[in-house]
Amino acid sequence: MASSVPRMVGRRLLAALPSIVAVVVVTFLLTRALPGDPAAFFAGPAATPEAVEAIRHSLGLDRPLPVQFASYVAGLARGDFGTSLTTGQPVGAEILQRLPASVELTLAGLVLALLIAVPLGVAAATRPGSWIDHGARVVSTAGVSLPVFFTGLLATYVFYYLLGWAPAPMGRLDLFATAPPTVTGFYLIDSLLARDLEAFRSAFAQLVLPALTLGLFAVAPIARMTRASMLGVLSSDFIRTARASGLSSGKVLFAYALRNALLPVVTTMGMVFSFLLGANVLVEKVFAWPGIGSYAIESLIASDYAPVQGFILTMAILYVLLNLLIDVLYGLIDPRVRIDA
Amino acid sequence: MTDTATPAPAPTTAAIAPPLSPAAATLKHIRYVLSENPVTAMSFAGFGIMILLGIFGPLIAPYDPLASDTAAALQPPSGAHWFGTDHLGRDILSRVIVATRLDLTISLAAVILAFVVGSVAGVLAGFHGGVTDRIIGRLVDTIMAFPLFVLAMGIVAALGNTIGNIVLATAVINIPFYVRMARAETNARREAGFVEAARLSGNGTFRILGWHVFPNILPPMMVQVSLNMGYAILNAAGLSFIGLGVRPPTPEWGIMVAEGAGYIVSGEWWIALFPGTVLMLAVFCFNLLGDGLRDIIDPRRRT
Repeated sequence: MASSVPRMVGRRLLAALPSIVAVVVVTFLLTRALPGDPAAFFAGPAATPEAVEAIRHSLGLDRPLPVQFASYVAGLARGDFGTSLTTGQPVGAEILQRLPASVELTLAGLVLALLIAVPLGVAAATRPGSWIDHGARVVSTAGVSLPVFFTGLLATYVFYYLLGWAPAPMGRLDLFATAPPTVTGFYLIDSLLARDLEAFRSAFAQLVLPALTLGLFAVAPIARMTRASMLGVLSSDFIRTARASGLSSGKVLFAYALRNALLPVVTTMGMVFSFLLGANVLVEKVFAWPGIGSYAIESLIASDYAPVQGFILTMAILYVLLNLLIDVLYGLIDPRVRIDA
Repeated sequence: MTDTATPAPAPTTAAIAPPLSPAAATLKHIRYVLSENPVTAMSFAGFGIMILLGIFGPLIAPYDPLASDTAAALQPPSGAHWFGTDHLGRDILSRVIVATRLDLTISLAAVILAFVVGSVAGVLAGFHGGVTDRIIGRLVDTIMAFPLFVLAMGIVAALGNTIGNIVLATAVINIPFYVRMARAETNARREAGFVEAARLSGNGTFRILGWHVFPNILPPMMVQVSLNMGYAILNAAGLSFIGLGVRPPTPEWGIMVAEGAGYIVSGEWWIALFPGTVLMLAVFCFNLLGDGLRDIIDPRRRT
């Protein structure tokens, strides 16, 4: 049994390979479809046709597509994502530097969403048809209808401008705090490691609104799934047996029903992550969050395509890896999947 | 999943079997659902209002949505300008009204495109199976390997900043849902008696698929269309918000929220609030409409 876990992880890794290949191919094709001639763009408006031709040759743009693809993949394998035209820095390094900000925000949003959605789903499922059930449905339908960029602005207006509770929506730390020394790249963790409570407080205060905005968006799918799967589990035989054996309703609900009901919830996490990573870009723009999403938007505005391409590739690979993680997690929670594998 | 609060069973069964059920029973069921669930009735009304605004918007709008008047810039809502004015003195109410047509057109075009391509691919995959199924499945998996909004960003960034490309990008990220649904529904009917009967009477594959299979999978697909409309509007507005697609002077909800974003921190809330609220209401309306349609078409799927 113990050896089946690594084997299962290995199988899942292999199964994720086609997705990664597909992602790389699509990203490559998207770049080749870019408007305009990159060589002319590099050469500048005053360049002669010969100069443009020379640059095209040095960039390798005059070679056949498969050859270009091979060198593109070889570059990726070396961690070479190209160079940003606006900053002159290698894209890979810039993305790596900004990635922790995005990941910290996404995870905080996910945790908040789970904290709201799972109790909501359980409450709705235990009393179907009650006001709490209807309320949960309205809240979750409203949740998916909210444009995240609009909720973020609204939250800023209420909690920053009107009430003054939240700090200005300007990045990960306020002006007077200094960033903690980088260990994980997550300010919340790094500041605690450095025992810098002032930085922790500042980072936490900056994170609350964006994370809440992002989390609200993910509440709906999780709450709906929790409710549906709780309803299914609560009507099954083993719950009736547990009740008949005189177990307390709390034990039946949380130790028996919820643990089984969470399995389908874990499978929907793939879709939830797709939402979260997309919404992340918009939230980052609203709160001037220095993650890879705002990096991509700044580059888009400047017609600087190497960072955009790097961003899409990073997001897609992150997403594939998250799906892999969910699969593995599912296998760890549910032994039946392991036996099948 | 069995003991959910479902509507009374009698009209339910009548509506599930569409070919035989008399129109009266269906109508009765629709009336039942609408009276039982006032929220659904409201969403139908909201949908009607949106369509009217989309058609007659430019006639109703009190001001020219593009006319700037710097003397009247950044005014809060008043009797003359119900929704206030923006940084160029343009009337926000007029801009919100006129934008309805563009936002609805973009999302409707995208959803129709996704519906047509998705159902054709899904029906073919579900009916033929084998290589066709595997190729189409692979393509769908490729789309789904990306976070969808990020893929839409990439498509618009690569193909160029036009409304047509927003439609295309929004359609592409919605295609997988239609393919999967059409495939599953077709697969379940591939061996059905009526398909067999159609084949034995000498119908060709395309005639069977188009005239016998497709009409049967239409009801669940229509629910998907309605739920998708809200998502498509959100997606298009999100793309405009980050500067992809619709260009600034054009009134469009997402771009209007983006224009108001900078003024939120200095307290001019009305520039972003009104277009944002209307956008939210539109999406909310489509989502409720989808839920309501599902209750009418297939009450068992209610979650």
